[in-house]
Amino acid sequence: MKFMHSCKEVTHLALQALDEPLPLGDRAAIRFHLWICKYCPTFMRQVELMQKANERWRRYSEE
Amino acid sequence: MNSFAADLETLRPVLLKYAQLQLRNSAWAEDAVSEVLLAALEKPQNFAGRSQLKTWLIGILKHKLVDQVRRNSREMSLTAEDGEDLDESLFRPDGHWREPPQDWGDPTHCLNQVDFMRVLEACVENLPGQQGRLFMMREWMELDTAEICKLLSISPTNLWVMLHRARLRLRECLQLNWFATK
Repeated sequence: MKFMHSCKEVTHLALQALDEPLPLGDRAAIRFHLWICKYCPTFMRQVELMQKANERWRRYSEE
Repeated sequence: MNSFAADLETLRPVLLKYAQLQLRNSAWAEDAVSEVLLAALEKPQNFAGRSQLKTWLIGILKHKLVDQVRRNSREMSLTAEDGEDLDESLFRPDGHWREPPQDWGDPTHCLNQVDFMRVLEACVENLPGQQGRLFMMREWMELDTAEICKLLSISPTNLWVMLHRARLRLRECLQLNWFATK
């Protein structure tokens, strides 16, 4: 099992995690990458913001 | 026209907007909305305000949209744009970022602005057909992935690839049309 992931691979896994629970190995690999990468933590915050925005938009559409 | 029917008429364009966002086909969207209005007229209810009525109607609409997706799934085909991947424009061949992602700042700043919601909505509207339908099913209708795969007879891998592309496109669109302008 590969532990060192590229930024591209990590973004794939991070987006996949929004739809399916990831195996423990993948989750650990993401954590490890985020710890050493300068850019991916920013991407992760963008994804978090987008998820919050989707939720807000859903509510906005219903009110 | 009584006031209930008048309220329905007022909310019709909003229902149509979301039906179109989900189905990407104006004939199907019209049908779904007509079904909602008929269902509402069959058992008119009293609501404290138009906002409550809207919530009720959107709830019915979501069911009717699932019916429409089921009925027309075979005709929901992929466009050329659906096949495009953003990965190459985002990453170098070795998997590193071409451009570092920009810090979008404190989420509460944008999330409380109606203008931001409008930009988000426009970005969803701009997604290619099938990506848009799948994104709406997942994020707006809140269906789980197994349900979506069953409705459209697609594999989980196929669904995941399309959602992945949709989310990267959405991110790009928000970056260009909101965060880069702030």
